[in-house]
Amino acid sequence: MSTVDATAPKTRRNTELVLLIVAVAIVLVAYANVGLAIDNALPVDLVTLGGGFAVVAFAFHLVLRWKAPYADPVLLPIVTLLNGLGLVMVHRIDLSPGGPNAAPKQLMWTAVGVIAAVALLFVVPDHRRLRRYTFSFGLAGFVLLLTPLLPLIGKNINGSRVWIGFGGFSFQPSEIAKILITIFFASYLVQTRDALSLVGRRMLGLPLPRARDMGPIMIAWLASLGVLVFESDLGTSLLFFGLFVGMLYVATERRSWIIIGLGLFLAGSYLAYLLFAHFQERVSLWLDPFQPGLSDQIAKGLMGMAAGGMFGTGLGQGHPELTYFANSDFIIPSFGEELGLVGLFAILMLYGLIVERGLRAGIASRDGFGKLLATGLAFSMALQVFVVVGGVTRVIPLTGLTTPFLSAGGSSLLANWVIVALLLRISDQARRPSEPERPERLSTDDTQVVKTR
Amino acid sequence: MNAPIRRLGLVVAAMFCSLLVAATIIQFAQARSLDNKPGNRRTLLASYSKERGSILVGGNAVAYSSPTDDQLKWLRKYPQGPMYAAATGYYSFTYGSSAVERHYNDFLSGSSDKLFYRRLVDIVTGKSAQGASVQLTLNAKAQQAATNALKGQRGAIVALDPKTGAILAMATSPSYDPNLLASHDLNAVQSAFTRLSKDPAQPLLNRAINGNLYPPGSTFKIIDAAAALESGKYTPESTLPGPASLRLPGTNSYLPNDFPGNCGAGDKVSLTRALAISCNTAFAQLGMDLGQNSVRSMATKFGFGKSVDIPMTVTPSVFPSDLNKPQLAQSAIGQFEVRATPLQIAMVSAAVANGGTEMTPYLVQSVRDKNLDVIQTTDPKTFAKPISGDTASQLNTMMQSVVTDGSGTGAAIPGIKVAGKTGTAEHGSGANADVWFTGFAPADNPKVAVAVLVENGGTVGQEATGGLVAAPIAKQVMEAVIGK
Repeated sequence: MSTVDATAPKTRRNTELVLLIVAVAIVLVAYANVGLAIDNALPVDLVTLGGGFAVVAFAFHLVLRWKAPYADPVLLPIVTLLNGLGLVMVHRIDLSPGGPNAAPKQLMWTAVGVIAAVALLFVVPDHRRLRRYTFSFGLAGFVLLLTPLLPLIGKNINGSRVWIGFGGFSFQPSEIAKILITIFFASYLVQTRDALSLVGRRMLGLPLPRARDMGPIMIAWLASLGVLVFESDLGTSLLFFGLFVGMLYVATERRSWIIIGLGLFLAGSYLAYLLFAHFQERVSLWLDPFQPGLSDQIAKGLMGMAAGGMFGTGLGQGHPELTYFANSDFIIPSFGEELGLVGLFAILMLYGLIVERGLRAGIASRDGFGKLLATGLAFSMALQVFVVVGGVTRVIPLTGLTTPFLSAGGSSLLANWVIVALLLRISDQARRPSEPERPERLSTDDTQVVKTR
Repeated sequence: MNAPIRRLGLVVAAMFCSLLVAATIIQFAQARSLDNKPGNRRTLLASYSKERGSILVGGNAVAYSSPTDDQLKWLRKYPQGPMYAAATGYYSFTYGSSAVERHYNDFLSGSSDKLFYRRLVDIVTGKSAQGASVQLTLNAKAQQAATNALKGQRGAIVALDPKTGAILAMATSPSYDPNLLASHDLNAVQSAFTRLSKDPAQPLLNRAINGNLYPPGSTFKIIDAAAALESGKYTPESTLPGPASLRLPGTNSYLPNDFPGNCGAGDKVSLTRALAISCNTAFAQLGMDLGQNSVRSMATKFGFGKSVDIPMTVTPSVFPSDLNKPQLAQSAIGQFEVRATPLQIAMVSAAVANGGTEMTPYLVQSVRDKNLDVIQTTDPKTFAKPISGDTASQLNTMMQSVVTDGSGTGAAIPGIKVAGKTGTAEHGSGANADVWFTGFAPADNPKVAVAVLVENGGTVGQEATGGLVAAPIAKQVMEAVIGK
């Protein structure tokens, strides 16, 4: 699928090191900036905390040199920068009058996320091993997705039942479920893509799949409607459905899936609109966020972004705390306010780069599973950013999702670090000079489709 | 699978582009209008971080900002609080702002585009911008006299310069202390605001321009007289019927005079005399003879039904429509559903004083930046020409007779010719009359036109009439302007 060069490609680990130094430096400057703006003094823990942050980032870099030397050199620096900026903003909102105390927890979860990502690089030396557990991942993903519905541990926070909690500890399982289900999708679709793409008849110029091949998309549709109905989680259901349609399209290369998918999406949305008052409220707030009597959270976010204007108020000098959920769902308006339109563009560009690098890993990957998995992970990141940023900027109605790496929230941080580890792993495989591959693995890959049919 | 991945990449690019466009719309295109949304706390916090311009009367600040040590860096102060509250309004973190504080916010806060090039230097040097100051047209002595005269009563006073329309005094009573709402102790502000807005005496209401609860009573007879003279069928000497009471056509009810007896010998009275003694029967009949269209059109020419911004929006005064004869008779003497603001009544007097040309009232004379350079001044503008110069001079003479030997002798100033008209407006049984006086002085070279309204008989109560209660107040205000 990709041309094999005679010369070994460069690892680009030194490029990564330089970029990483820049990323860590920006984060430290931002942290110092907040301290200077709010307390008129450099933060006392600038050296210890900042040093710790740098050590973690460079440790990860060393692991990559050792365990995935050909991995994409841009991903780690971008993610380090985003995670660092998120920490700075969460800390900055802690410092505002009456602010929460979320930064220490966020720091702890950053460490957990990095450890999980590093561990994954050790445990999964080759992403194709994940295919062995296709249905286990699928089952675990759907079970995790539904756990918030369980009594006792399921928790309803801010109107959505998407949390589980034990003791003082709460977790959003859909974040992890997202990864497991993406792996399941990728693996399942690679097996069945031929059946899905080749069989069927044409109707109105569209090659339509057979009814029984429609099964997976119907199941995904119903599952996402289920999440919408029982957990009131618009964001997650939109994310899952979009992810599945996107992956189905890539796997089958048939546009009819997109049209069917969009049709089902519109039908589902309309149904939800008719059935749920809170969904109607979201839509009317989307059309006019300044309606009196309804929630003013979008309005407050918009006013925050407007206050930032082109260049922002400067870190620590705005009032992001006036917006609800300023450090989680609305962290993007917080950045818009303090870093301005320019800062927001930079952040969106960073996300764009992660997605682009992920898709590139997919294109360069030599196996169908790797292609689909990288594409799916990258696309899920893109969808998530689109849903959450689009929600606060009124591109689409507001639905609650976390902003990857920036939002305060442990499950999200952990999940996104795992996604990055997977992308690093796939890109390492993709860019690694081809070595004679074990023949038996190749043969299973190629014949499996035939076997199952 | 590479081709669909690339196409998916295009989809992602389109998604991100839409986010960039949306962010640009919010943070660039709509930023200003979002900043100006009412209740935008960020804008408010930003405005407290720089010095707000002063509001000046004469050479003195009646509103200024003084530096503080707390989170809101500037505290708004009103040294003479209640006296100027109707004009300055308040500037509150919690409750926004009102009156000139609100309507001239762009200048006071320094955010006006007209200040932009003056701010360039500040931007370059990194100094925080300072707001422009706003000079009011108010005359401190007249404002003081009006405030003192209303003490302990409910009512309002407006004094105008008839030649320009500049508002020389605008008092409303009871007033409130804007310092209470400008305080940085937000709990104290909240309790003060709750108390003020629940007070049955409505201290936050500017009765001079926004009360609009007041039947103008006999002051409306100036408008009847103007309509009569303008019709060409009447002169000041024309004879009108002036019986002790007038039977309203098609009813068994009678409309009496405010005083016992008829208005003149043989139940006849001249137009001039009828105005001087405020003869109800004569004007009720005159109104019916002129017809409602004629009376209404004259009222409209004087400004009834029109909104004017001084810069605060003045509630339009009302002359009702579709009147039957008895209703017209009552409307002609400023009763029934006729309602007027004190400012509107002052404008009627000012138009007569100014030879028939009514000037647009205004409260802000000029805006100056911190170097005292004038950025904007208000030029007098003609509001309307409701009556001819001849009619105006006839009305002027007639209104002088009100003060020399009519119902308004209480407004007489020794050595100065004063013109005026009293009003005693009944509204509802049980309540005492709302009493009025409107007029101008010196009648031969008018410098001030005034309208005085005292609700519910003021301190005099049931015995109150416009001549007894309102005329002496008008006199004090006019004297303060003329400098006697």
